[in-house]
Order: sequence, then C-alpha cells, then structure tokens
Amino acid sequence: MRRRSLVIATASTALVVAAIVLLVPLAPGWERVQKAFFNGEVFWKTFPGLVKAFLVDIMIFAWCAPMIAVLGLVIALARDARSPALFPLRLFGMVYNDVFRGVPVILVIYLVGFGIPGLGLPRPWNSPYIWGTVAVVLTYSAYVAEVYRTGIESIHESQRAAATSLGLSHWDVMRFVILPQAIRRVIPANMNLLIALQKDVALLSFIGPVEVLRQAGVYKSLLANFTPYLGAALIFLAVTVPATRWVDRMIARQNAARS
Amino acid sequence: MAKLSVRDVWKSFGAHEVLRGLSLEIDKGQMVCLIGASGSGKSTLLRCLNLLEPVDDGEILLDGQDITDPDLDPQPVRQRIGMVFQSFNLFPHMTAVENVLLAPRRIRRKRREELLPEAEALFARFGLVDRMGHYPDQLSGGQQQRVAIIRALAMRPEVMLFDEVTSALDPALVGEVLDVLRALKAEGMTMVLATHEMAFAREAADKICFLDEGRILEEGPPSAIFGAPREDRTRGFLARVL
Ligand SMILES: Nc1ncnc2c1ncn2[C@@H]1O[C@H](COP(=O)(O)OP(=O)(O)OP(=O)(O)O)[C@@H](O)[C@H]1O
Ligand SMILES: [Mg+2]
Repeated sequence: MRRRSLVIATASTALVVAAIVLLVPLAPGWERVQKAFFNGEVFWKTFPGLVKAFLVDIMIFAWCAPMIAVLGLVIALARDARSPALFPLRLFGMVYNDVFRGVPVILVIYLVGFGIPGLGLPRPWNSPYIWGTVAVVLTYSAYVAEVYRTGIESIHESQRAAATSLGLSHWDVMRFVILPQAIRRVIPANMNLLIALQKDVALLSFIGPVEVLRQAGVYKSLLANFTPYLGAALIFLAVTVPATRWVDRMIARQNAARS
Repeated sequence: MAKLSVRDVWKSFGAHEVLRGLSLEIDKGQMVCLIGASGSGKSTLLRCLNLLEPVDDGEILLDGQDITDPDLDPQPVRQRIGMVFQSFNLFPHMTAVENVLLAPRRIRRKRREELLPEAEALFARFGLVDRMGHYPDQLSGGQQQRVAIIRALAMRPEVMLFDEVTSALDPALVGEVLDVLRALKAEGMTMVLATHEMAFAREAADKICFLDEGRILEEGPPSAIFGAPREDRTRGFLARVL
C-alpha cells in the first residue's frame, strides 16, 4: 500500500515538473525573463556579496531576538496584572498590543526610523540601526507578548491556586510555577515568530542599513539585472526552510507528548 | 476558643449566591468533614478559608484573629493553613522534592541543604523516600496526592484543608491517601475535608457538616448525622450517596 502511494506521488511530481520545464519556455516573454532573473553569470558574481550582506541581517536578528523575548514577557506580565491597583499597567499592555499588532511593521519602521532621527539627534544616536531595531523590537514584542499570554492562560488554574495556598507571593507563583511551564509550552509558537522576524529584518533596508535586500538592489542597479534578488531569496530559504521544518517537528513531538 | 471560626460568611459569584450566611466552629485537633451535593459550596468554603477567594460578608477567625480583614497580608495566613486539591496539585516541571522545597526555600529563606533533612523525614514518614527525585508524571495518582500533602506539611501549617483529595483517584489508590489523613489526625492536626468518602467520614471525623444551598443545614458527630439525621434534606442526600 505504502509503496503504491509512493509510486503515484513520484509519478505525478515528475509529470508536473516536466510540464513546467517544457511549457514555461514556450511562453512568449520567456527569453527576456530568463535573461533578467536567471542569469547564471550575474548570479555567481553577486552571490558572495549577498551572503556577506546577509551577515548584517543575522547580526540585527541576533540582537533583536533577545530584546523581543524580554520586552514581550514584560508586556505579557503587565497584561496579567490582577490587582485593581495595577489596572493602568494592564491597560498599557492592552493598548500596546492593539497598536503594534494593528500597524504594518514597515510603517512602524518608517515612522520610528525616519521620525526619531529627524528630531536632529547627534551621531551615533541618529543611526538607522538603532531606530530600525527599536521599531522591529516594539512590533515583534507585541506578538510575542500575545503568545506568552496564551501560554500563561493555558496553565491549569489549580497550579496557581496550589502555589498561592502555600503562601508564595504573586511574583513567586509566576516565576517558579506558571512561567516555567508556560514558556516551555509556547516555544514552538515563538519559534515561528522568530522565523518571521528573520525575514522582516530585511525591511530595515528601507531606512538605510545595507543588508541583503538592499545589497541585491544595489547589484540590480549596477548590472541592470534582477538575478541578485533570486540569490537573496535563496539565501533566506536556506535559513527559513530548515528552521520551519525543525519547529514543525518540535510541535509534533510536543503534541505527541501531551496526548 | 475555636481554632477556626466561620461567622455568617456570604460569598457570591456574580448573581449566584454560593455561601449564604455560613457559620462553623472548628476546634484544635478536630477533623471536620463537609458533605453535601455537588454545587453546595464545599470547595468555595475551603477556598475562602485559605483566602484564595475573598468573602463578601462575615468573618473568619483564626485563633481569634479576623483573617478576612482586607488590610491583612494574606501570605502569612496561607502559610499557617495548608491546602490540598483534587487534582493538578503538583508542579509538573519539578521533582517531588523540589515541589516540597519550593515554598520553604522562598518563604523561610533557607538554603536547600538546610531544609532537606526535614523534607526527607516527611517523605520517609509517608513511605516515599525512593520517589523524591521523581517527576509528578512518574508517580501514581495516590503518590502524587501524598506528595502534595507532604508539600503542604513542609510549611508546618496549623490547619490543613483537603478538597476531595481522593475523588480523582483509582479506587485502589484511595486507601493509601486516607491512611495519611488518619495519621495526621492521630498526631493532632486540625483538618477540614470536603469529601464524598462517606465511610471514611463516618469512621474518622469528629464532626460532620451537611452543606445545603450555601449554609450548614445540620452538623454533629458522625453517629448522629449518619445514624439519626434530623433534617429531611440530609436524609435525602444520604439516601442518595450511601
Ligand atoms: N470561580 C467561580 N466563578 C463562578 N462560579 C463559581 C466559581 N467557583 C464556584 N462557582 C459556583 O459555585 C457553586 C458552588 O461550587 P463549589 O465548587 O463550592 O461546590 P462543591 O460543593 O465543592 O461541589 P462539588 O461537590 O461538585 O465539588 C457552583 O454552582 C459553582 O458553579
Ligand atoms: Mg468541590
């Protein structure tokens, strides 16, 4: 049975690939497209430069991710504040989440990245790296906070009651009982956000940093050819595809463990 | 003076009045069993006693001190009153002994090594020394409940509250938990239990309280409540569960 479905899957895949390979070149504009997007010479000339520029993406990602993890947690905790005296904190968390999840990332990047240095800040405080980072961290923290909050709410009420009944403070209950379980539970969801973040870092190119997308644009203008964009896309795929597979496996394993 | 004294306590959830002027006296060293239909307010009463729920009206005195006073810090009170729930008691990401040591470490501010001998003694007393390093999901339901009891005892409480601690267990595992309750009673612990284990209540309790619609309709020694209930509703309830 398994062998049969394997044969069918292989045959139909081969058929689709063959159709694409044979039919697409018949399209009237194919030759132009091939020259503009699939130029092997341009590809190999620009690829090393693109990989180098991608290091800038990785760098920005590497310092954004921990900041997002921390700020997201702070906001999630603010939203979880229960005592009436802390209502303003809760309100702040709510408004924050609504605003930053409601506005496209690119808009926040423009507003923060052009707006704040526009106040006439001296160097290095007008760096697009700083304000681009701020924009990305602000936005992604809202999403991560929401994920943390789902995790916190998924912990059975008895856990909170049991910990509280021991005489632990509200903060200790959070720190030692609720958060360790909640954070573990939402690791896969947060990993998915990290993968999205890795891609969105490229948006910083619009306010200055020469990362891979910007570098591809530079090559495009220089060589009057779009192939560098293909190279950039391949670099992203090389990172995000394995990462996505890995997260999916982790989710599957977690689901299996829970049932 | 009563160890714990509940005076005319009212508690609602929204428009739903769950406790309606409930009063109850619990003497030091007494085991009091709360019985009553599902929804009669047994769990709610226990949660109020441990300040997990604020009462709307009335007072609860612990050694004569009103613990419902909103200006009072609830944490020290909760440390004096231990509680064990029906299920999901243990923290699944910690071993049994870590579960037990968490509160003493945080509250008494002592190091693990200083606290370990006392915890170990408790595990030994309830026959669980060889399970100290196990995670909750590696323990049977009965063992989990016994660890939960040990965890509460590690704070050296003066009163223990038990909310149907055997209800979620396999019948075969109920006995080992009830044995622990008997042992605690024998050493003079003051205890309040919500329970459906009528045979156990009859044999071990000093006082049975029948809760009905948020009040204690009838209370007395087991012989009186089980042998000759005065109220029709008590008789009806007992006829249904016995
Ligand atoms: N947090 C809450 N919010 C709203 N209603 C609640 C809450 N806790 C309890 N109740 C309601 O209060 C009533 C009494 O509940 P309680 O758990 O005290 O009953 P019980 O005597 O312990 O019943 P059981 O034998 O089923 O455990 C129920 O109708 C329940 O739905
Ligand atoms: Mg109950």
